[in-house]
Amino acid sequence: MPKNEGEQCMTEKTKSLVDLKKGSKGKIIEIQGGHGFNKRLNVLGVREGQIVRIITKQPLMGPLTIAMGSSQMTIGRGMASKIFVEEL
Amino acid sequence: MIKKIVLMGNPNVGKSVVFSRLTGAKVISSNYPGTTVDYSKGAMVLDGNKVEIIDAPGTYSLDTSNKAEKAALDILKEADIVIDVIDATNLERNLYLTLELLERDVPVIVALNLWDEAKHIGVHIDEKKVEEILEVPVVPTVALTGEGIKNLVTRVKEAKSPKKIKPTSEEGRWIEIGAIIKNVLTVEHRHHSLRDRINDLTIKPFSGILLAIGIIFISFWIVRIIGEYLSFLIVQIFENGYKPILIGLGDWLGDGIAYNILISQDYGEIIFTESLGILSTGIYIPLAVVLPYIIAFYFMLSLLEDSGYLPRLATLVDNIFHKLGMHGYGIIPLFLGMGCNVPGALATRSLETKKQRFIAATLLAIAVPCMAQMAMIFGILGKYGLYYIVLVFLTLGILYVTIGVILNRVIKGSSPEIFLEIPPYRRPSFITTGKKTWMRIKWFLKDAIPFMIFGVAVINILYTVGFLQLVANSLQIFMEGLFGLPGEASIAMIIGFLRKDLAVGMLISLNLTPYQLVIAATMLTVYFPCVAAFMVLIKELGIKDMIKSAIIMISTAVIVGIILKLILLGV
Repeated sequence: MPKNEGEQCMTEKTKSLVDLKKGSKGKIIEIQGGHGFNKRLNVLGVREGQIVRIITKQPLMGPLTIAMGSSQMTIGRGMASKIFVEEL
Repeated sequence: MIKKIVLMGNPNVGKSVVFSRLTGAKVISSNYPGTTVDYSKGAMVLDGNKVEIIDAPGTYSLDTSNKAEKAALDILKEADIVIDVIDATNLERNLYLTLELLERDVPVIVALNLWDEAKHIGVHIDEKKVEEILEVPVVPTVALTGEGIKNLVTRVKEAKSPKKIKPTSEEGRWIEIGAIIKNVLTVEHRHHSLRDRINDLTIKPFSGILLAIGIIFISFWIVRIIGEYLSFLIVQIFENGYKPILIGLGDWLGDGIAYNILISQDYGEIIFTESLGILSTGIYIPLAVVLPYIIAFYFMLSLLEDSGYLPRLATLVDNIFHKLGMHGYGIIPLFLGMGCNVPGALATRSLETKKQRFIAATLLAIAVPCMAQMAMIFGILGKYGLYYIVLVFLTLGILYVTIGVILNRVIKGSSPEIFLEIPPYRRPSFITTGKKTWMRIKWFLKDAIPFMIFGVAVINILYTVGFLQLVANSLQIFMEGLFGLPGEASIAMIIGFLRKDLAVGMLISLNLTPYQLVIAATMLTVYFPCVAAFMVLIKELGIKDMIKSAIIMISTAVIVGIILKLILLGV
C-alpha cells in the first residue's frame, strides 16, 4: 500500500475501532502494534484504507465481529483497540 | 513426471471439498511431525499414473508465523504441481497467497471455487482475464456439486510457473492485487438475503446465545441416539460373538496368572466392564463403551464445522472463555467432553498455545463428567429430588470457572485473543463430512486405542500384585476423616479410574445419605479422569504437564471434598 503523509494523520475524527457503535462504518487510518501483528491482520484483508462495518460487539468485554467487503471476522477487543478508523 | 500434487489455499475456501472430489475413498490424515497440525493425503489417477494428492493446512500467506503455515510451507516444497484453491467471493484477499505461490518456482493451477456463490452474491469475475494476467490456468469450480472438477483435472498438466511475477514485498503484492482486481472484478449490489439474516441472528449476543443453547441441545440429542444405537449393536457382538471365543481361550489357558491378566481376575467369570483382562475389559472399553460416542460426536462436530457454525459459537462465548485463560474455541473440548472426555481431550488441539491447551485439558478432567457418568449421577440422586443433582452440577460449574480464572493467573505463557474469520454458512457436503468423520475415527482406532489397552493392562497388573487394594485400604481413614464418607468409598474411587459411571453406581450399595452421595459423586468427577481420557491426556500434554495437571486435580478433589463436608454435613 502506498503510504501518503496525509493518510497517516490522526485527526479528531479518528477513533479506535472499539469505540465505533454497532452498525456504523469506518475507514481504517492506522494499525498500531508490531510488524507481526500488522501482517496477521493484513493477510485477512484488514489494511489501512479499507472500510469496516461493526456487526456486533459481544458484552462483558467480548470480541467484535466486523465486516469488510464480503468477508467477516471476529477480533478480540485488545487487538481492535489498536486499529484506528475515521468514522463514516 | 507428476508425482505429488499439493492443494493450497486460505482456510474456509472449500479446499477439503475439492480434495475429496479429487481423491478416492482411501484417504489418510497425518499429523505433521512435531506439531498438532493435521493434513490429509490421498491419491488420484492422472493419465494412467497414480498421483499423490496432499491437502495442506489452510493458510493466508506463506509467512511462517504459525505452525500451520510452517507445515504448509514444508509440504509445498515437495510439490510437483500446486492447485491453488481460491474463494471466488473473496478474490482480493485470496490473491495474496496466489501471488506468493506464483513467485516461487513451482507450477500452479488456480481453482476459482465457490463460483456459484460468488454469482449469487453479485460478484462477477472475468476468469479469462485472470488467466491472462497471471499466466496460469484458471478454472471456475463448485466443489460441492462437482462442477468444474473435470475441467480442473484435464488442465492440471497445463500448470505453469510464470516468469512474469517477480518476488516482491508485502506492499508490492497488495499493489499488484489492486491492479488485478480493477481489471477482472465487477460487484453488483445485492440486498440482505435470508442467509445474512440467519448470520446476524446467530452471532448477536442475545438471540445468538438462545440459538446456541438450542443447537447444542439438539446436537446432544442426535449424538445420544446414534451413540446408544451403535453401542447396543457393538455390545451384542461382544456378548454373542466374542464372549464364546474368550471362554474357549480361558478353558485352554486354565486358572492362573496368564488367565488373570488376559481374561479375568475371577476364574470362569467374564464381565466385560469389570474383569480387567487385557482381552476382555481392555478391548471392551475402547470399542464398546467409547467408540460409539466417538463416532456420534465426531460426526456432529464435523457437521457443525463444515456448516460454518463453530466460529460463531466461539465468538459468542469468547468473553467467558478468555477470562478462563482460553479463547472462544475453548467451548469445543467442553462440548465434546460432556459426551466422552476422550474426544474432549483430543479437541484441546484447536487452541493455539500450550497454556490454553493445559487449562482446557485440566478443566475438562476436573469439572466435565461424561454422558455415562451424568446419567449415573441422575440415577442415584434423582429419587431424592432435583436439588441434590443441582448441587453436584453447580459445584462442578463453580469449579470450572474458579479454577480457570486461577490457572489463567498462575500458569505462565500467553493466551492470545480470538481472531478468526466468520465464513458464510454453507451446506455441508456429505462426502467431505463423512470422510472427515472417518479420518478422525481412524485416528482414534490407530492412536488412542493401543494406549487405552495399555492403561487397562497396567491397572490389571497393579490389581494382580495387590497394589490397588493397598491404596484403597490406606485411603479409608481419609474417606472418613476428611470427607465424611464410609471407608469403602475408597474402592469406588479406585474403580472410578476404570469406569466413572460404574464407580458412581457402586455408591448405591454403601447406603449413603443424599448429602454423602453428593460429596462422593462430585469427588468422583473431580479427582482424576478415567483411564481412557488419562492416556489421551498424557499423549496430548506430555508426561510432565500431565503430572502437573494431575496434582491440580487431586488437590482440588481433596479441597472440594472437605468444603462440601463442612457445608453439607457440618463439622
